Amino acid sequence: MSTVTGRRDRRGVGTGAARPDGIPKVTGEFAYSSDLWEAGMLWGATLRSPHPSARIISIDTTAAVAMPGVRAVLTADDVPGRPTYGLEVPDQPVFASDVVRYVGEPIAAVAADHYDIARRAAAAIVVTYDVLDPLLDPEASLTAEPLHPDGNVFRHMVIRHGDPDAVGDPAAGDIVVEGTYEVGMQDQAPLGTESGLAKPTADGGVELRIGTQWLHVDRDQIAASLDLDPDLVQVELAGVGGAFGAREDVSLQIHLCLLAKRTGRPVKMIYGREESFLGHVHRHPARMWFRHTAKADGTLVKVEAKLLFDGGAYCSSSPAVLANATCFAGGPYKIPNAVVEGSAVRTNNPPCGAMRGFGSVQVCFGHEGQMDKLAAALGMDPVELRLKNALAPGDRLITGQRLDGAAPVAALIEAVAASPLPGEVDGPMGLPGGPGRTTQAGDVRRGVALAVGFKNLMFSEGYDDSAAAKIRLFDGVATVSTACAEVGQGFVTLVHQIVHEVLGDDIEVVLNTASTTDVGSAGSTSASRQTWMSGGAVKLAADDIKAQVDLDPDRAEYLADVVHQHTPTTPLDENGQGEPHVSFTFACHRAVVDVDPELGVLRLVDLVTSQEVGKILNPVQLLGQLEGGAAQGAGLALMEEIVLEGGHIKNPSFTDYLIPTSFDLPELRVAAIIEEPEPHLGAPFGAKGVGEAPTISSGAAVIAAIRAATGLELPRVPVRPSDIALSPDRTP
Amino acid sequence: MPVLVPETLEEACAALAARPGATLLAGGTDLMVGINAGRTRPDDVVMVGRLAELRGWVRDGDHVVLGAGVTYTECMAEPLASLSPVLAQAARSVGSPQIRNAGTLGGNLGTASPAGDGVTALVALGGTVRVRSTEGERDLDLATFVTGPRRTERRPDELIVSVRVPVADGPQEFLKLGTRNAMVIAVASVALVVEPGAVRLAMGSVGPGPVRATEAEAFAASVVDWTTGTAAAGAADEFGALAAAASRPIDDHRSSAAYRRRAIEILAKRAFLRSFSS
Ligand SMILES: Cc1cc2nc3c(=O)[nH]c(=O)nc-3n(C[C@H](O)[C@H](O)[C@H](O)COP(=O)(O)OP(=O)(O)OC[C@H]3O[C@@H](n4cnc5c(N)ncnc54)[C@H](O)[C@@H]3O)c2cc1C
Repeated sequence: MSTVTGRRDRRGVGTGAARPDGIPKVTGEFAYSSDLWEAGMLWGATLRSPHPSARIISIDTTAAVAMPGVRAVLTADDVPGRPTYGLEVPDQPVFASDVVRYVGEPIAAVAADHYDIARRAAAAIVVTYDVLDPLLDPEASLTAEPLHPDGNVFRHMVIRHGDPDAVGDPAAGDIVVEGTYEVGMQDQAPLGTESGLAKPTADGGVELRIGTQWLHVDRDQIAASLDLDPDLVQVELAGVGGAFGAREDVSLQIHLCLLAKRTGRPVKMIYGREESFLGHVHRHPARMWFRHTAKADGTLVKVEAKLLFDGGAYCSSSPAVLANATCFAGGPYKIPNAVVEGSAVRTNNPPCGAMRGFGSVQVCFGHEGQMDKLAAALGMDPVELRLKNALAPGDRLITGQRLDGAAPVAALIEAVAASPLPGEVDGPMGLPGGPGRTTQAGDVRRGVALAVGFKNLMFSEGYDDSAAAKIRLFDGVATVSTACAEVGQGFVTLVHQIVHEVLGDDIEVVLNTASTTDVGSAGSTSASRQTWMSGGAVKLAADDIKAQVDLDPDRAEYLADVVHQHTPTTPLDENGQGEPHVSFTFACHRAVVDVDPELGVLRLVDLVTSQEVGKILNPVQLLGQLEGGAAQGAGLALMEEIVLEGGHIKNPSFTDYLIPTSFDLPELRVAAIIEEPEPHLGAPFGAKGVGEAPTISSGAAVIAAIRAATGLELPRVPVRPSDIALSPDRTP
Repeated sequence: MPVLVPETLEEACAALAARPGATLLAGGTDLMVGINAGRTRPDDVVMVGRLAELRGWVRDGDHVVLGAGVTYTECMAEPLASLSPVLAQAARSVGSPQIRNAGTLGGNLGTASPAGDGVTALVALGGTVRVRSTEGERDLDLATFVTGPRRTERRPDELIVSVRVPVADGPQEFLKLGTRNAMVIAVASVALVVEPGAVRLAMGSVGPGPVRATEAEAFAASVVDWTTGTAAAGAADEFGALAAAASRPIDDHRSSAAYRRRAIEILAKRAFLRSFSS
């Protein structure tokens, strides 16, 4: 393991400063949103649809209302404001009233004196349904009767780049390879389930403490549905037990605020594990077709792709996820000609939205599968083929956008490819099956493969993206206020480091105790954007203070209040061309997998990575992101999948939704971290977000290594043991 | 829900007699999961986890008597591990260190899951289960103790005191396959216990309870050269095929029946190969 340790002699950037919330988290003292408590509080519970598609004939709350200890039972009739919400399009009912469109859709919410009473009361609500045939196939959705007044297509887009009609020249030895790839539905699986506490305020408003990724977008959606002025809705961040995209959409926020307003009392809600799986969005499952054309020497001529993303019942962030998928469908390669068509559609499956890697993860399985196929067809080394086509600074993407920042794709690939390969595993516990003793050394075949991926940083397509920060310097103490949601990524550490770097080690840095909507919006903790956006805002504010001090060193108090905006982007035109992204991030992984083909069980023996990071602000936190991201990406290739049957989630628990354990993942090795300061505006010290890139290519490397070990196509992830053991193509 | 904490086995039996249908609590690694998930809401709980009479194990001639409160961690420790390798191997495959420290054999028998690793190993070992009530003790055959998914021959007023299994007198093998390399419910498992002249094979997760592959067992007994402990090449394949034929797997979200059958075939074959050289 290559050690990444930071300087400890200073407190500024580049040091391995310890997280302020680290020790409380490992000792159990950290207060998560599930620990919220108020004297006299009530408990909320939600009634959800048991059907993927049904008309609601009637809702009878009489029995629930009559139960002792029940303080409120709310349905769609009790929503005073906008009856729907949504991140991009408000198409999702706060409570379903006429139809339900997925299993788990909320229909009513209850507040009661006790958690059990609330749950029993919710169960006592009698809903009569006219059950309909669910629409579960995204392909069929394109032509089916609309499930919603907004229609079934969340977004359809085409990228046409270079000469869309270009074809290869077989006479000159050009090669064409086609492939179809499928990705199952992954869950963010945060350990903390959704929870929060709302209470009414004296001014007629409401105050919500909640684990979320974006305080202001929650606030605005609550205000709209409660018909309140946004200023009357206070949202404060409570301790977040993991997010990964699952907390970007509203889950219990509006329900809690409605219940608190109705009862005039504090109300707490906490989802159980099963409800959590029903209550948040997932990663989009995808079906993807690709056709790659290359010259005999491996130079890419053209990439064609058709992508179909199942968005489930409601829109969430489907349009933005799809945009990423289409923009990055070709991978980090020079592609002179491209036609990429993408659709995200509505079905009666659970809604899908944001998850770490956001569209790039799915297509990476496709473009990297294609590069390996192409290499095989050309008789070329897959590393060689990738190096030959690797994007470099100044190159154009398939959107026509020029890469004006770092793009060390070849260097990343070379570093990983040059990393030494591991030897035989040491002892039976290191074999597939581990303590299950299924496999002995003679039963395994080894595969090695590499994959590379990229994605955008921050919001795209002309979105007006900003982050605010305030600093007050008084008596040697710098108090920093931002609305940035710390979801575990370590922003709280960076704030200290950034302020120390600018104002010196001797001042004391205090971060406002909790992020609130009293400060201007920080934007979402997603899209790898907070280091750059809120970190950039904090840096600008610190710079401002420093300038004031330099000018007039004798004042008692200095104030800075900044809003940081990144370089503007443009929408995509009808051919998918434009300058839709600010900046990009690249990473590469190589996986070594031992497979027991007879049983289909396997062991990821080695995983090595390289990443381009702008500038390292905190090497320890950087490594944490590389490890966690690689684990989440590998998990999707190895096992992580929401199993659906007729629109029902069959595995809504950690007994059956499996995430990798220490027996499934090796210790991540880092072959290279490439620092090239980000040239764009506001990136603090040239740093950029590092959280998503590690998730993109690790899974693609893992499945490619399994293919290399078995010789099987394995077009679908996660790969199941039966895909290998029962494959008719398996050679004994 | 009231939780009674009796100090002696006799008090525990009396508590059970006074509250028929009360739920027993040992390590809680099954029970608490069920309560937290809202699947069970016991009215009365009788805690047996601290009863000294259920803890520990003793050797009794060519048998070992294990208290119901023996944990997986204890099964993995010497000298017990050498007296009962199949149990130690099964124990090592269970959950995580925390679960193995808390989970007990009695709890595994009480839950009687078709996927229970302890149960599968115990059924291959053969022997007896001792249950006790205020009316006295009964010794039940381990082979038939589990009667179906989550059903046993234990009466609601009885608690499991111990199991009595033979000391190893030949090769033993436990192989468990899951869709993750640890902390996983068996998709299929086999427990093979060899004694001079006899082979017992129990299979987990491929039937309503542990399934014995009697034809495979008879085949093995007949094909093995018991003086050398060897078998002809190819015998393992036949053994695996017979085991698979005896399995009765279903399709569910964890696996398909077809894959489970294949897994049994391979696992049984490998257990045989590891037990008998050719
Ligand atoms: C994370 C996790 C991983 C797990 N992994 C595995 C695994 O790999 N393999 C496996 O087989 N199991 C596994 N389990 C299940 C569980 O740990 C085992 O079944 C364990 O043996 C249960 O023992 P316990 O003492 O915790 O039982 P408890 O939960 O206390 O009780 C279980 C049941 O047995 C009854 N019971 C307990 N003691 C007695 C008694 N003396 N007499 C009669 N009835 C009794 C109880 O009433 C209850 O119905 C896992 C559980 C968890 C939470």
